[in-house]
Amino acid sequence: MSSNIATDNKPNLAVEFAGLKLKTPLMPASGTFGYGQEFAPYLDLNQLGAIVTKGLSLNPKAGNPTPRIAETVSGMLNAIGLQNVGVDAFISEKMPFLEQFDSPVIVNFFGNTQEEYGEVAARLNDVPGVAALEMNISCPNVKHGGIVFGTDPKAAFDVITTVRKRLTKPLIVKLTPNVTDIRITARAAEDAGADAISLINTITGMSVDVRTRKPRIANVIGGLSGPGIRPIAVRMTHQVVQTVKIPVIGIGGIMRAEDALEFLIVGAKAVQVGTANFVDPNAMQTILADLENFCIEQGIEDINDLIGSLQL
Amino acid sequence: MKNLQTIVLSNQEISPGYFRMRILAPGYKDIAKPGQFVMFRVRRSLPPLLRRPFGIFQIGLLPADCEGMPEKEFIELIYKVVGAGTEVMCELHEGDRIELLGPLGRGFDIDDEGGDKILVGGGIGLVPLYMLADSLADRSKTRLLIGGRSREDIITVTEFERLGVTSHVTTEDGSLGEEGLITRILERKLDKYPKAKVYSCGPMPMLRAVEVICSERNVPLQVSLEALMACGVGACLGCVVKGREHSEQNPEYLCTCRQGPVFHSYELDWERVEKNIEQEESS
Repeated sequence: MSSNIATDNKPNLAVEFAGLKLKTPLMPASGTFGYGQEFAPYLDLNQLGAIVTKGLSLNPKAGNPTPRIAETVSGMLNAIGLQNVGVDAFISEKMPFLEQFDSPVIVNFFGNTQEEYGEVAARLNDVPGVAALEMNISCPNVKHGGIVFGTDPKAAFDVITTVRKRLTKPLIVKLTPNVTDIRITARAAEDAGADAISLINTITGMSVDVRTRKPRIANVIGGLSGPGIRPIAVRMTHQVVQTVKIPVIGIGGIMRAEDALEFLIVGAKAVQVGTANFVDPNAMQTILADLENFCIEQGIEDINDLIGSLQL
Repeated sequence: MKNLQTIVLSNQEISPGYFRMRILAPGYKDIAKPGQFVMFRVRRSLPPLLRRPFGIFQIGLLPADCEGMPEKEFIELIYKVVGAGTEVMCELHEGDRIELLGPLGRGFDIDDEGGDKILVGGGIGLVPLYMLADSLADRSKTRLLIGGRSREDIITVTEFERLGVTSHVTTEDGSLGEEGLITRILERKLDKYPKAKVYSCGPMPMLRAVEVICSERNVPLQVSLEALMACGVGACLGCVVKGREHSEQNPEYLCTCRQGPVFHSYELDWERVEKNIEQEESS
């Protein structure tokens, strides 16, 4: 009987966590969706669970020399260099566009020092249209020999603590997978007061042109994304869900609804779609429709019933 | 601007390594402008993962399948097989399903003046110049200067001539036309027609040489650039070039996909564009 009800009625796709109410568990991954505007001609931003913007820094950032991208087997390497307009220009020039939509706006940000992280967070905390912040801790700490914040649990704890103190909005911390044990940084983020964790950021990689013997991207090392990294991302999401009590957002190589479902089943409350947006600007709309169809087919009335339903 | 799921109408090798693909493309005829491009995807199969950008060669109409049906709009792409993406493309046949995102980007800035026009193409770089020639030839004396390594690299010249365009060919090995570089012909033509406007597309060393010749003579130049890009809609920021006003404090990065692929030469920081693209070509 219950399957009939599910067929007749649309399944509930809304999820709630960390004070955020999302219409669907689907949102873009930072850096693959510009500031939203770029995709408005292709899909309805109101259908998204949230809009996640490109990472912002205190000052505008020029980014890396080109070539910045290279395709690899089932993935792409990129070293864009976090090119962005800076937090102030974002607030004055990009926010007004995003405020037209009723999807919550999650603003991604980063810094090169603890102070910079704190300052960017404080400025965004005052912006009414910003629903939550996502903190990228995959950046080198320029004051401490360039070691990446997110690869050192102590540095991660300290910088998240600094941001937490200056922020009343929900704080999502985005973890780097380039560590020996992701559970340690996840715990550090939870202890420092993160409201949620998103993972994974790109996996560092390198590719060489054998004819010129040069790296295929100018920065030599880049971040690998795309379907090829998905099993690693699912594994890490599973490990983190088992470790922390705060909600987790799964990211990594989601191209289709089935891919998103893997993350939800291991316990992610929501997912972010990244590289797929480059391949197809409609990707999230297709995934959303297929997610709904999957629920109908399987007689699932509420997507929340799927979340964390992994059978071990 | 939309993502079209459509089919290949034909796909033929027109010269060794060069293919011409005709694709059913409803809606393109009224909106696509000379110099615009599409992002092409071989259905949903992998690899390649990412779409590939291609300039539109031409747009046309085929008779309807039967009475009462609309005529069939198509676009044509001409591409050279250079890597994983084009290797898959060249194996497509009539009826195969593909996806097309476009038309994208800023095309050539076309004025109504009737003066002399010179189009300079290097190899496959002549592709975006065909629709431009078509829109210029009725009011301007239009010349096509086309250069390549060898005769196999010189394609579709007779089609340009049918538009009323005068063509001049050079090859580096002398197998067709004059032996040498096309820039030598450009200098000669600009000596004769110093008020001409120049439009160019081709490999970076050629574009750079064309830019030097034109800026020395104060001749207006528009160039169509090629770049690696993942999305084609201004989001990945993989295809940026530095603008003339670029500095580390005030970055002026132009997306080849959105602000280009056609630029007025004065919009670009040529020293840096050259350096960037050299790196890209060598990789």
